[in-house]
Amino acid sequence: MTAITLTVNGKTVSADVEDRTLLVHFLRDQLRLTGTHVGCDTSQCGCCMVHLSGRAIKACTLFAVQADGESVTTIEGLAAKDGTLHPVQAAFQEHHGLQCGFCTPGMIMMATDMLARHKNPDEDKIKKELEGNLCRCTGYLNIVKAIRAVAEA
Amino acid sequence: MYPAPFRFTRAKTIEEAETLFGKSQDARYLSGGMTLIPTMKLRLVAPEDVIDLNAIPGLSFARRDGDRLVVGARTRHADVSASPEALQAIPALIHLASHIGDPAVRHRGTLGGSIANNDPAADYPSAVLALNATVKTSRREILAEDFFTGMFSTALEEGEIVTSVSFPIPRRAGYAKFPNPASRYAMVGVFVADFGHTLRVAVTGAGPCVFRHTEMENALTKNFTPETAKAIRISPDGLNGDLHGSAEYRAHLVGIMASRAVEAALA
Repeated sequence: MTAITLTVNGKTVSADVEDRTLLVHFLRDQLRLTGTHVGCDTSQCGCCMVHLSGRAIKACTLFAVQADGESVTTIEGLAAKDGTLHPVQAAFQEHHGLQCGFCTPGMIMMATDMLARHKNPDEDKIKKELEGNLCRCTGYLNIVKAIRAVAEA
Repeated sequence: MYPAPFRFTRAKTIEEAETLFGKSQDARYLSGGMTLIPTMKLRLVAPEDVIDLNAIPGLSFARRDGDRLVVGARTRHADVSASPEALQAIPALIHLASHIGDPAVRHRGTLGGSIANNDPAADYPSAVLALNATVKTSRREILAEDFFTGMFSTALEEGEIVTSVSFPIPRRAGYAKFPNPASRYAMVGVFVADFGHTLRVAVTGAGPCVFRHTEMENALTKNFTPETAKAIRISPDGLNGDLHGSAEYRAHLVGIMASRAVEAALA
């Protein structure tokens, strides 16, 4: 076991973790932040996407001990304290950017990262940036629409 | 999926990392972890020690050094992609780095990790070989020609750590790959580098290890056009055939990717 201290959604968290614990399991099982999903568990689907010190990463492909001293933002950390949705969350709702919703947290974490790196991504750019996020409902059309709407706003 | 238990240690210096490695019965270095972690989760490898290189300072940079571009081994693909120095020196390298995997992979994966792993379908080995780069390690300097020795194998000794790669800046260069639609690894990737006095073509994804194509180099030296590249018949002998594509298909792709790489170099 290793003692780690990190910031999760703005709060300092200290915990003992087994060295082999993946960040996604630490978030879900120890911190009960179950918005971060385990989809493929093979680094492909992006359902486990979180931000590690401001960058989108796949939480199934990082050990929790690697996040020691870093800050992590999960889907639970996006909305304002009063419950007001983050603009990307609001756009996904408005444009129905989801079907079953399983991939949605990862899609939204990727979208916020993408919009931080690109000022006004066009449809083609958005699709390329979503390379690492899979929607098994194939509901991509409205996901792209939702992200475009935020980019244009 | 949980990997088998191991001991995690964050090294603060290269020397400390090498010492830890030497003391362990079975250690692995962790850089970006984009291959190591999935491989550990599948229990294809189960090291006793994982030595993390991510806290070692001075390994993440891209800077011009005379007629060369030097890139730190832990420079992540996203940082190479966004580097103004790299863009100015070797735009083809930016193109390559910005098409590895997906954005989340590029936020973690590193140049040093990619070449030390030497996956036959990885992108970076083609740039290192075509640009005739020098790989700097914790112990010595290794020429690209001597670095890649076979499938997943390199000239690195046990415990040796890649610290940077020094790329000679070509007059013009281009990279084109046909990505596997699922993994985005190169089914075939071709890097063409024209230095004026010499011209080098390196092919990744097609064979068990990155290789130079001398016939293509000779033809392009005489006539640097996409048509020249496309006209060369590539033998499927020794190329990879798998469920993604036959050796014949990959042989065909070598010519096509080479012609696109030339096109990119001319653009």
